[in-house]
Amino acid sequence: MNGQPASGAGAAEVSAIRGFLLARGNSAIADRGFHVLMVLCALSIFAIVVMIATELMVRSHLAWSQFGFRFFFSVFVDPDNNKPMYWDPVNGHFSALPFVYGTLVSSFLALLIAVPLAIGLAVFLTEMCPLMLRTPLAFITELLAAIPSVIYGLWALFVLVPLLREHVNPWLVKLLGWTGFFNDDTPTGLGFFSAGVILAIMILPIISSLTREVMNAVPGSQREAVLALGATRWEMIRMGVLRNARIGIVGAIILGLGRALGETMAVTMVIGNTPQIQRSLLASGSSMASVIANEYAEASGDLHLSALTEIGLALFIVTIVVNALARLLVWAVTRGAPAQVH
Amino acid sequence: MGRSKLRTGNKWRARIRTGTDGLATGLAVLSTVLVVAPLVAIFVYLIYKGASSLSWAFFTQLPKPEGELGGGMANAILGSAVLLGLASLIGVPVGISGGIFLAEFGRGTKLANAIRFTADVLNGVPSIVMGIAVYALIVYRQKHFSALSGGVALGIMMIPTVTRTTEEMLLMVPHAVREAALALGVPNWRSVLSITVKTASPGIITGCMLAFARVAGETAPLIFTALGNSNWSANLNEPIAALPLQIYTYAISPYDDLHRLAWAGALVLIVLIVAAVSLVRFVASRGVLKGAS
Repeated sequence: MNGQPASGAGAAEVSAIRGFLLARGNSAIADRGFHVLMVLCALSIFAIVVMIATELMVRSHLAWSQFGFRFFFSVFVDPDNNKPMYWDPVNGHFSALPFVYGTLVSSFLALLIAVPLAIGLAVFLTEMCPLMLRTPLAFITELLAAIPSVIYGLWALFVLVPLLREHVNPWLVKLLGWTGFFNDDTPTGLGFFSAGVILAIMILPIISSLTREVMNAVPGSQREAVLALGATRWEMIRMGVLRNARIGIVGAIILGLGRALGETMAVTMVIGNTPQIQRSLLASGSSMASVIANEYAEASGDLHLSALTEIGLALFIVTIVVNALARLLVWAVTRGAPAQVH
Repeated sequence: MGRSKLRTGNKWRARIRTGTDGLATGLAVLSTVLVVAPLVAIFVYLIYKGASSLSWAFFTQLPKPEGELGGGMANAILGSAVLLGLASLIGVPVGISGGIFLAEFGRGTKLANAIRFTADVLNGVPSIVMGIAVYALIVYRQKHFSALSGGVALGIMMIPTVTRTTEEMLLMVPHAVREAALALGVPNWRSVLSITVKTASPGIITGCMLAFARVAGETAPLIFTALGNSNWSANLNEPIAALPLQIYTYAISPYDDLHRLAWAGALVLIVLIVAAVSLVRFVASRGVLKGAS
């Protein structure tokens, strides 16, 4: 038409281009559809958070309207023996106080044990370890993170608890009994201390691997500069590395705390599961996650179920806040560093 | 006089400094040993106790009623397979798609950053909370425990992990590959699926394996969703047995025979998980993606 010969080859060419353009037109719709589908899947992550929050709030409404904030503080008195009583599903007394206490005590005990060890391990792996040992050791700590919680619980129940009961607890009582924190009236070995020890073993890998990541983000020139001033290796680590990485390390510790707060199976198996508050760390108790694991499937009524759900909601909110805080801290330190994947 | 005092002072300081250095090194080595020791202890016990209780019956028989000797966990192995299959059906496609959005469409946007952050935070939410939410969502409405609810709970837990690893793997694919595909006139969706995702597929598969290994050992969200079952069942509408759940029930029971079965179950579970993690490690260390860049 435009002065070109209308040969068979030309017609075929035109139709090929038209075919191509048609395909483009179709693919515009397909592309749009694909894009929307991917966005929807990504948005499902928001949807999950919203779903969890609304379901928990709806299901815990009964307990919330009945007890309000007192749910986390109130103490009932047992009319029979005048002792404080917190959790009595049969008579409708619900107070989350002993569970909050148990969760806090076991988690902080875990941090107390795990943090020095995790930082020591990270320092050894990044600054001192011969290259040959580094990969296997890193792999081993990674494995520690991959063991399921129920297997930690099994091991703790049959190996760690008897070990603590026979060899460590009597020694603690003898040495530190005068503080009142280590009284062992009923030596079963189950209690806050056992829960703290197994939690420490479980949160070690996460703290240590994040600490390592943060320490690796400290530029090598920083280390060389401190060494050039005549510092010993430890002084280099302390002044050149740890001081620069401290915000990220705090983030790693908070992330470990988040794990410890919500850890369920291993704690349930060794904490003893009695809703009481005792000063002694060797006494048995109960944590927020463990009471849910123990009673949820056999809750005795709507109010009981609702109270347990409210404990779950509190756990959800606390872990969200703790994790967000930790991620922000770690992110603030590693942001400037070259990305790990390259 | 003053000078010699200074000199001895320096000597002492140097000694203290080297001493501190040695002490710090010693403490670091000690903490490494203290961390490795429990791991070794756990594995030794698992292999020692588990291997001595493993038998053919473990893989083929149903659990016996309480107090009777023998029996196995065959139904729990089947149950775990059903639950994990359902979980992967939910978690893998949604997770990979989410990762594709983060790496291919939303790179650098505020929405993508918010999603990435939320995924990381969601990863830290305790699994038991996930269990309660799914209980409220499905079990409460259906009025009965079911395999379906257990699978959904595990599937939801897989999504953030799969999303994040998929994104990381896709970010490693060089831009030139995408440009080459688009320059050939391939529609964008085709380019993403057949070129970018395919290039990164070894990494994405290992990411999925990692998420799979993580939920394979989850017990807490199953206690009040899948509940457990002492008979054969693959019905999605009925309570179903699961390996971690069975280990938990047997571990807290008072019978020695059941404890032995729990150890055997734990050994089977850990072999599965360690195999998955080692595979991931192997593929990652081989740097499958390096060839592409």
